[in-house]
Amino acid sequence: MNSNSPLPDENSGHKPNNTALKLVIAAVAMFGFGFALVPLYDIFCEITGINGKTGGPVERVEQWVDTSRTITVQFITTNNAGMPWEFEALQEEVEMHPGAWTQVEFWALNPTANDMVGQAVPSVSPSEAAEYVQKTECFCFDQQTLKAGEGRKMPLIFSLDPKLPSHVKKVTMSYTLFDAGAFAK
Amino acid sequence: MTTATASHDDHDDHGHHGPAKGIMRWVLTTNHKDIGTMYLWFAFAMLLTGGVMALIVRAELFQPGMQLIRPEFYNQMTTMHGLIMVFGAIMPAFVGLANWMVPLMIGAPDMALPRMNNWSFWILPFAFGMLLFTLFTEAGAPNFGWTFYAPLSTTYAPSSVTYFIFGVHMMGISSIMGAINIIVTILNLRAPGMTLMKMPLFVWTWFITAYLLVAVMPVLAGVVTMMLMDIHYGTAFFDAAGGGDPVLFQHVFWFFGHPEVYIMILPAFGIVSQIIPTFARKPLFGYASMVYATSSIAFLSFIVWAHHMFTVGLPLQTELFFMYATMLIAIPTGVKVFNWVSTMFRGSMTFETPMLFALAFVVLFTIGGFSGLMLAIAPADFQYHDTYFVVAHFHYVLVPGALFGIIAGVYYWLPKWTGHYYNENLGKFHFWMSFIGVNITFFPMHFVGLAGMPRRIPDYALQFADFNAIATVGAFIFGFSQLIFLFLLIKTIRGGEKATDQVWEGAEGLEWTIPLPAPYHTFAEPPHVK
Amino acid sequence: MFFRTWQRLSSVVLGLVSAPAAMADWGLNMPQGITEVSQSIYELHMLIFWICVWIGVVVFGVMFYSIFKHRKSKGAVASKFHESLGLELLWTAVPTVILIAMAVPATSVLIQMYDTTNSDVDIKVTGHQWKWQYDYLGEDVGFFSNLTTTDDEIYNRTEKGENYLEEVDYNVVVPTGQKVRFLITSNDVIHAWWVPEIAVKKDAIPGYINESWAFIPEGQEGIYRGKCAELCGVNHGFMPIVLEAVTGDEYQVWLEEQRAGKIAEAALAQGDFTFDELMVEGAEVYARSCAGCHGTEGQGLGSVFPALAGSEMALNDMAGHIDIVLNGKPGSAMQSFSAQLSDVEIAAVITFERNAWGNDTGEMVTPKMIIDAKK
Repeated sequence: MNSNSPLPDENSGHKPNNTALKLVIAAVAMFGFGFALVPLYDIFCEITGINGKTGGPVERVEQWVDTSRTITVQFITTNNAGMPWEFEALQEEVEMHPGAWTQVEFWALNPTANDMVGQAVPSVSPSEAAEYVQKTECFCFDQQTLKAGEGRKMPLIFSLDPKLPSHVKKVTMSYTLFDAGAFAK
Repeated sequence: MTTATASHDDHDDHGHHGPAKGIMRWVLTTNHKDIGTMYLWFAFAMLLTGGVMALIVRAELFQPGMQLIRPEFYNQMTTMHGLIMVFGAIMPAFVGLANWMVPLMIGAPDMALPRMNNWSFWILPFAFGMLLFTLFTEAGAPNFGWTFYAPLSTTYAPSSVTYFIFGVHMMGISSIMGAINIIVTILNLRAPGMTLMKMPLFVWTWFITAYLLVAVMPVLAGVVTMMLMDIHYGTAFFDAAGGGDPVLFQHVFWFFGHPEVYIMILPAFGIVSQIIPTFARKPLFGYASMVYATSSIAFLSFIVWAHHMFTVGLPLQTELFFMYATMLIAIPTGVKVFNWVSTMFRGSMTFETPMLFALAFVVLFTIGGFSGLMLAIAPADFQYHDTYFVVAHFHYVLVPGALFGIIAGVYYWLPKWTGHYYNENLGKFHFWMSFIGVNITFFPMHFVGLAGMPRRIPDYALQFADFNAIATVGAFIFGFSQLIFLFLLIKTIRGGEKATDQVWEGAEGLEWTIPLPAPYHTFAEPPHVK
Repeated sequence: MFFRTWQRLSSVVLGLVSAPAAMADWGLNMPQGITEVSQSIYELHMLIFWICVWIGVVVFGVMFYSIFKHRKSKGAVASKFHESLGLELLWTAVPTVILIAMAVPATSVLIQMYDTTNSDVDIKVTGHQWKWQYDYLGEDVGFFSNLTTTDDEIYNRTEKGENYLEEVDYNVVVPTGQKVRFLITSNDVIHAWWVPEIAVKKDAIPGYINESWAFIPEGQEGIYRGKCAELCGVNHGFMPIVLEAVTGDEYQVWLEEQRAGKIAEAALAQGDFTFDELMVEGAEVYARSCAGCHGTEGQGLGSVFPALAGSEMALNDMAGHIDIVLNGKPGSAMQSFSAQLSDVEIAAVITFERNAWGNDTGEMVTPKMIIDAKK
């Protein structure tokens, strides 16, 4: 055999089994990569804030308040299918300066005859504003348990980072309430 | 191209008595020709099955109103049609052609991993048997579209979704094993003198396709596993109630899904790149360029996935990135089309059936490419997304694209497989009926899509009626024309005019140097390639 | 002679140029739409289309020329050339330039489409299986919008109306001359809200709010019909959108009417109804809100949607019947209707279900009973 031969010989060490093994490992690695996409996606979204989701609790720091502009913040709520709680924002909208800390309240009531666990999922519009929303307290951080017939007010304490781009004048904060009974912690 | 010393290898001196007899031959075979044949027949059966489903869909859409079936069954038909055509017809057909032709084209005696090859095939009838069986259960077959977005396919899915997931896993394992086999075969079993840049283009395109398969089929396995876990094991990958995200599903799915559509077309590019030079009696123009273009397409296919998600609410910079990346793919694709046309130019062409299908491929695939370019323009896509404009686009690239490529390959190599020429008049008749049928079916879909008809609806507003009726007529013409092909195949296998070894005047390559019908074992001794 | 050729040429050109717009009327092309954005999209669409047509003409022209001239039967002898770096570079560079030329206007239109700031009206759009819900933020106006095409039309028992599958009970009304922002989400699976004439299409995703916007100029008042554009289950094809654009003044009047209507509805629920009144109203509510799943004869659909005709609940369990219509059944497709239907409508439809199709309980459910059940 000449040295161009791709057939196995003592010198090449090229055996079909090695290639096959490498490819099997590659396939398994890609399977793992598929699963790795899950945390990667979350991290990417968190860092860039680009899926409209707000982050977790922040420390409340007194920051510069930009009194030169006023942002209208709207609050909307949605009940996911199968979630019969009353759920509404007690204020439809507030006007606030970026940097100022504001508290608004939501009302939730479980009208059924069973104890239930709910999870509120936030979403912000425009999505570019999401990374500027800072919350110290939000009912969306945790699952909320309401006994049969129980109702209560739930606070949201937040501010808008003064670095919010100047073309954003209205921010809509939406909460969708899901029945989290299957995922109760 | 390569020349090779003829190597007539039908040794009987190993004590072989030819292939075994009866059904066990097929169950236990490790012979690449047998396995190739099984893949091809399986794919044809799936094509006809998926085709019947398409005709049920088109029959219901012939007129506004629900005449024949109910919406819940309609959703099962559209879903199963997509799954069966993509995973049961097109992909196995290409694997079948690879099995038959890659060893012959590189001068190898068989695939590198013959026993795994057998398993790769036999998984498929089980996987699809299971999937088809769900049609007869009370809950019904999967009904969430072949793209099975969550939460429609998780929280809101019928119980058959578990069989669907299992079927996808099995079919995925089959594809991955097949792809590994092809890569190992190509890397290790080429005849001496056949460097990578001397390989026929069909081998190159399959080589690249195989890497795509190894990379993305496991991601599909991952996404259906995540679905399985959400449905049965209380996880929340895609369920916002538990902290998950339905949009994540789309990202992971399309990360698989976009390379998947290139998996379904690259081998056809390879086939057409073999056929046109043969019938133009002229070498393929720009061989190296074709290899680089195919590689570029494969690489780019990994970074464009979100163009299937332009209306999902992606941020502006993300949307722009995916628009630009998607538009880029037009460049290497265009290069390939120009190279095919340059191959024909100043050739000496004849128009046997394989050439007719290959030429139709070039024209009609290019039309599908144009609608693809239009779809890439994100602002315009807001009006095209999820309409029949998309349906028209992908059917153009898949039917007169991938499927015509497969059919062209079958006509091209059939004489070598069987020893007989097929009846050329019948072949041409099959071509013209298919060509006319395919255009009558899918061209009007561009119009109804632009006019506002969404996808996946069993009934439509009155202004869409005329073109839907036309499309249905075309579908029946196209569908029944494939029976001509079936008849022709069986006829040719059983007998017909004996073909010469070279079969086609302009054909070049190792596969034409073996006797015909192709002996059970070939290239037991590797030929020398200059 | 030159003039005649020029005449012919210009009529061809004029025909070609005006054809696409005419083609839209024949249902052959995308509508130009009524907003600046929709027209920009249409122009972009046509630009790319014509570029593709010309590229096709050139490439297929060469190809068909070759098929005609370079055939063996005409005695053509094959050349041997098979590569040219120069050509490869040329036909890589030229398409690149063309693509860049396309990308520039595409980018600018996309940036325009993403600018939802400074809206005058905000409407929350919620997709449900299988209807749309609209809430006008800050206006105390909200309602559901169901398909009104009847089963009889769909199943070919009666003739189809002019707006077959494109008609609803309540249109989403918007003012012209004002920027309207749509906040789009879903209650269950992914839907998509699409009105072609204003070129707005956005996925409705549970847990997320997506946004889009439209500015309909004054003078473009009218009715514009849209569709759900994402497979969302069995009745995906049966949840259309009817957008009604009215002048700013008419819009204010409409808002007032809606608010007054809600008050009137609540007042109505305090009144008395006869059995027959409830049955008539109930039949109509049933046809529009329930028949899609439970069947026109209450027969249900296998094990997927339970039958109501002869069912245990409809015959014997009034409290359970009221509860399930008000609160839905978690874990199933039966949704809560307390927000979608008025107290009168709920009382009527339950009365209807308990007496139709041979159920004949003789029972009457009044709106007051529904108000009590909600406490």
